[in-house]
Amino acid sequence: MNLIALSALDLGIASILVLLLALLSYKARLGVERQIVIAGVRTVLQLLLIGMILKVIFAAVHLGWITLLSMVMLLMAGREVMARQKYRLKGWWGFGLGTMAMFVSSFFITLIALFVIVRVDPWYTPQYSIPLLGMMLGNTMTGISLGLDRLNHTAWQQRSIIEARLMLGWTWSGAIADIRHDSIRTGMMPMINAMAAAGIVSLPGMMTGQILAGSPPMEAVKYQILIMFLITAGTGFGTFAAVWFGSRRLFDDRERLRLERLQVKG
Amino acid sequence: MAAMNRLNIENLQVLDLAAWSTGLQPGECVFLFGPSGSGKTRLLRAIADLDLHEGMIELDGESRRHMLAHEWRARVALLPAESCWWNEKVGEHFTNCDTDLLARLGFSEAVMDWEILRLSTGEKQRLALLRALSANPSVLLLDEPTANLDKIFTQVIEEIVGELRQQKNVSVIWVTHDDAQMKRIAKRGWHIRNCSLVETTV
Repeated sequence: MNLIALSALDLGIASILVLLLALLSYKARLGVERQIVIAGVRTVLQLLLIGMILKVIFAAVHLGWITLLSMVMLLMAGREVMARQKYRLKGWWGFGLGTMAMFVSSFFITLIALFVIVRVDPWYTPQYSIPLLGMMLGNTMTGISLGLDRLNHTAWQQRSIIEARLMLGWTWSGAIADIRHDSIRTGMMPMINAMAAAGIVSLPGMMTGQILAGSPPMEAVKYQILIMFLITAGTGFGTFAAVWFGSRRLFDDRERLRLERLQVKG
Repeated sequence: MAAMNRLNIENLQVLDLAAWSTGLQPGECVFLFGPSGSGKTRLLRAIADLDLHEGMIELDGESRRHMLAHEWRARVALLPAESCWWNEKVGEHFTNCDTDLLARLGFSEAVMDWEILRLSTGEKQRLALLRALSANPSVLLLDEPTANLDKIFTQVIEEIVGELRQQKNVSVIWVTHDDAQMKRIAKRGWHIRNCSLVETTV
């Protein structure tokens, strides 16, 4: 089966649907028409840009360029994690914590996939490494930002409970344990749900894309299972690390709750 | 050689209050009095090492710096003015409980199955004292422990704390606004006036 190439006209027809949605939003005074149009334009520009970058990188397979692109992706994801938290750590911690957690989990798991499972040669072959890393980052980003947002927000709301426990001689770790557990669960839940619903409620995006592009369904399914497992592990470990270090940072070396280390967005 | 103090406070400094130094003998109780907002709670929180502050504190001759913070707080227990509960049932907040004290504070053992939502402010305050005592602290920092209680339970709590002082040498810092209570519980104490701590006797 050959890939049916899309023309600009095809995309134009799809864009009309989005414009109609924006029009409806305007008529119904939902107030999101501006956001719809801007987000739509961003999608086009950002994807065209990454398409061109990938075209260049695929043509000249060079570890340096791939590393550079990976780092840019990581930093963008780190910024996004920071932006999604209502209460976040001040200073470098706000950016660094989520970014480090994503770096460790996403890169580590992507490398395992490249070396141990897919075993392409060379290992950094961009057709594999870049999409794998992109999917890892995109999903760990969601888990880590959900987990950290929950952690910081709950700690802020329940400060009197945490301090009451400290007054009773609990350790910092014990005093925030239930909040930490809850936050880690929150971060992992989307992936667990996605695994449970995969194939029944939804056809995952990557598999859909592969099938549309002409891959045999069973090959697409195997890749999808691989990706789901990798993403779940990466999101889980990343969320775990981010929430654990985040909760430690809320206390100082005398186990005092230091909520002034958080800042409220906006 | 003078008997070793149970609690030694040296140059404790919080907010804009002048530095405070004092020593508490084993089993001694002192009161702390001052207008609201003058920093009484902050002083107690500093002794329990819950806020950033300056100063040095020793318990039985051992510096606080050499103890883990949570061990310190288990031995120097702060009972806040407003108690805080996080589980559904009363009993889930207790690992062990002195049934004798429970009865004196006006509860039967059935209270452990009660829902926190059902408790009145006074009941919470009495149970919070019991909870704070269950870790057997050496020093009690009491922030208006009888503020919401009637005369009878106020007297019960004063008696219980008195017995702890005599039998277990527990030293107590007691924040109160009640002149009569100051006389009942302590021989000396501190007034906070214009950002300085003035020692007074009764």
